[in-house]
Amino acid sequence: MKIAIIKYNAGNVQSVEFALNRLGYFPEITDNPEKLKAADKIIFPGVGEASSAMKYLKERGLDEVILALKQPILGICLGMQLMCKFSEENETQCLGIFDLEVKKFPPKEKVPHMGWNTISDFDSPLLKDITVNDYAYFVHSYYAEIGKETMCKADYINIFSAGLQKDNFYGFQFHPEKSSDLGEKILENFINL
Amino acid sequence: MLAKRIIPCLDVKDGRTVKGINFKELRDAGDPVELGALYAQQGADELCFLDISATLEERKTFASLVKDVARNVNVPFTVGGGISSINQVSQLLEAGADKITINSAAVSNPKLVESLSKEFGSQCIVVAIDTKFKDNKWFVYTHGGTRSTPIITADWAKQIYDLGAGEILLTSMNHDGTKNGFAIELTKTISELINIPVIASGGAGNMQHFKEVFTKGKADAALAASIFHFKEIEITDLKNFLRNEKIEIR
Repeated sequence: MKIAIIKYNAGNVQSVEFALNRLGYFPEITDNPEKLKAADKIIFPGVGEASSAMKYLKERGLDEVILALKQPILGICLGMQLMCKFSEENETQCLGIFDLEVKKFPPKEKVPHMGWNTISDFDSPLLKDITVNDYAYFVHSYYAEIGKETMCKADYINIFSAGLQKDNFYGFQFHPEKSSDLGEKILENFINL
Repeated sequence: MLAKRIIPCLDVKDGRTVKGINFKELRDAGDPVELGALYAQQGADELCFLDISATLEERKTFASLVKDVARNVNVPFTVGGGISSINQVSQLLEAGADKITINSAAVSNPKLVESLSKEFGSQCIVVAIDTKFKDNKWFVYTHGGTRSTPIITADWAKQIYDLGAGEILLTSMNHDGTKNGFAIELTKTISELINIPVIASGGAGNMQHFKEVFTKGKADAALAASIFHFKEIEITDLKNFLRNEKIEIR
């Protein structure tokens, strides 16, 4: 099992690597297109800002590489948002895999949405053995709307996509690598796809 | 629904956990990595590691400790203590910390809050406020609570919120170490004043105190140290109690 983590100018790469290590997997962190294409599973992490992350990916041609991937790829947090078509964060055109916009939370309650939130409304192989209304760890100020690609939902200020799924592309707004037992199950499910 | 968070805090000196009573008289409470992993297993929602090292040599120990924690713990954690530069923050985040907390350096240079939140994102910048009630007002204290300032706590909270802080760790020095409960009124005031999460700290003595700070105090999270380290309250029991009291708990 060859797992690759896409290396780019966004945080939490280390956390994802450590989470996989705890499960007994040793991923390669790389921005080399050939190595990415050759991997069995790919993780696209990300904590950071949308426009600078997109700029970095484009400069290295990684946007085209991601779009052409045929194996399962999992976007996490900003990684998932970048797989949508547009983000309100600095008006950024994103990869357009998911036909959804990423919006800023209105300040009706505290933003960032930080902490453990329940997830619901799912039927995905990635969420096998996960109980509805179990908690996952979120940290974000922008959210993806609900659409036909919504894999699971969360409710904070409004109901939004906690997970997205289309063909071989998957994404979570929350952080499986920091979501305790639930997160570990999800990472295992992804690796076992 | 978003759950209220329980955060055990580990003060670390030279690679070992310690807890000061009213910021003085340190007692040894074990190995930080082992203790952190145990707390995570028991249901801690986050962990906080504060470096109270005095020497450069001890600080290096802390940086390698952060990596060990990241390797072994599957919940988010915050680190702090003596942070005053972008470079330090960068190193700690790269080592695997999810958030950093700054205190005295933010008071002497508020622009640091702005630079850090721009560079790394608000979500990982926690500003810690140590505060003391004196002459009918809450004042900000720095350097582990040893130095007073003329800054009013609510004004300071508003200022760091405007500068891009992602969260506030609010410690009442009047309550810290007393085990008589959190500073409820203060926590409520700050939590309602600004639109970012507030972690209440100082004074936890029993499970009822946590309920009060979440309900009356409007805290988003509650932090405690010695009551967890000395097993006066088990995290599992605390969370069961709060769940029974109809508080949203993971």
